[in-house]
Amino acid sequence: MTITQLKEKSKTYRKKILELIFHAKAGHTGGCLSIIDLLNVLYNHVLRIPSPKDPSRDRFIQSKGHAVEALYVVLADQGFFPEEDLKTLGQYQSPYIGHPTKKIPGMEQNTGGLGHGLSICAGNALAAKKDKSDIKVYTILGDGEMAEGSNWEAMMFAAHYKLDNLCGILDYNKLQISGANAQVMGLEPIKQKIESFGWSVKEVDGHNIEELVNTFDQLPFENGKPSFIIAHTVKGKGVSYMENVAKWHHGVPSAEQLEQALAELA
Amino acid sequence: MKANLEVFSETLQALAEKDQQILAVTSDSRGSGKLVPFGEKFPDQIVEIGIAEQNLVGVAAGLAAMGKKAFAVSPACFLTARSLEQIKNDVAYSNNPVRLIGISAGVSYGALGSTHHSLHDFAVVRAINNLPVVAPADAFETEEVIKYAAATDEPIYIRFGKKNMPDLGQSLSPKFEIGKARLIKEGNDITLIGTGETVWPCLEAAILLKEKGISAKVISMHTIKPLDTTLLAELGATRKPIITVEEHSIFGGLGEAVSSYLFQNQYFVPFKIMGFPGEYTVTGSQTEIFEHYGISDKGIQQEALNLLKK
Repeated sequence: MTITQLKEKSKTYRKKILELIFHAKAGHTGGCLSIIDLLNVLYNHVLRIPSPKDPSRDRFIQSKGHAVEALYVVLADQGFFPEEDLKTLGQYQSPYIGHPTKKIPGMEQNTGGLGHGLSICAGNALAAKKDKSDIKVYTILGDGEMAEGSNWEAMMFAAHYKLDNLCGILDYNKLQISGANAQVMGLEPIKQKIESFGWSVKEVDGHNIEELVNTFDQLPFENGKPSFIIAHTVKGKGVSYMENVAKWHHGVPSAEQLEQALAELA
Repeated sequence: MKANLEVFSETLQALAEKDQQILAVTSDSRGSGKLVPFGEKFPDQIVEIGIAEQNLVGVAAGLAAMGKKAFAVSPACFLTARSLEQIKNDVAYSNNPVRLIGISAGVSYGALGSTHHSLHDFAVVRAINNLPVVAPADAFETEEVIKYAAATDEPIYIRFGKKNMPDLGQSLSPKFEIGKARLIKEGNDITLIGTGETVWPCLEAAILLKEKGISAKVISMHTIKPLDTTLLAELGATRKPIITVEEHSIFGGLGEAVSSYLFQNQYFVPFKIMGFPGEYTVTGSQTEIFEHYGISDKGIQQEALNLLKK
């Protein structure tokens, strides 16, 4: 997919996310808009997934499970299930719930509890190494989630086992449910912290498609080291009144707000 | 006589020899898990995590998701508390077939104290869906359950201790089947149901009771979940007293599981749960702690006499 096509995809995805959350009357709007460019580049440029059950597929686990609506939109677009099915999101007995589950074709694990994805990915990556396969493993972590100690256990582990087939991606929008990371639990200097754990780290603009493509194309950043991408993002990216506003963490737009958002994204 | 821990280690080694997908995943626990020879023989089949039990279970889930037969081996006290959310979400809910092996369970660590005791593990893992819970009683049951675990493609929690256990014999129940209790000794007056290392004191108590003219049946309820309700219905129908004995808190373990079934199915029998009361245990060796709380031939005999009003 060309850069222009990818940029168009991001616009379409943003609109679909907002419509989905509006329809379901629930969702993690801000985080979905902050990770959508990452998911777009991952699924349309990076990941090799011939089909959701193909044993040779790359693995993507969204550790930041609550931004599931963005993943639903992208997986439907990949053709893994009919987009129509998403209309049942959150409804009684629907398989489409507010966090990723393996019931949905294309979803690798049931996530939602924070601080789980990186360990599971590290296990995937070690298994791939043992099998001498070229499967690559990716996860997106939230910035608030970096306070979970289990992430740092996994960081030590991945470096110790030289898992250069593993890539962690931080959705660094600097806001979490109660407010700014810096106030809730500061994570700076995050780059130095992750580097000091033995990872090779790059920082990117998480909404710049060209930059993302170029960065992912350089994986692994160093042989023998796991790679980490700190993606600087904006919570609520693309909708003026949502950008950098913590209350849009799980805010749901009204009909008027949706209309305005869709107009801005046109 | 052999410790179940030793039997586990030997069985896993024998299985790993034939199956390269078997991995022992340890949290600096290869010594306490008797896995040093395993690691020397199969260096590519042991994964050291370090002292990081959350990551132990998370990584094991990731390995299992890729088709590896991951045995996550860690002291039961840490495995079922420190890593509980990983057990719930990454293993059971996500259905990644990790074999969770809780070693040195119950009060195996004796005088090391309550940080190292696991008297809560049955209770917490029982409440998690998609996770059978097994406590083998002797070498036979341990070998069989480890073979089962290697062959299954579902999650499982297995716990055992590290002291030498006498062989309970297989004459009355030659087969081992998950969810099917084993009859160890026939009897008509009362039934003693043990699990794991408490089946042996039940058998010893039955021998003492015989001297007093009381015929006690002894059952090894190795699978705590799913319970053998067919057997419990048969026992309940006789209306004879039942005593359960476990190396676990009296809250949420074997006894409460058995009583829940019996009373909800209108089997109102004289009933006693023997285990550890709601307190941090007295200091002592495993044997001393057992004796202190009555988990012994004499202690179980006494409860049987009380229940039979003799």
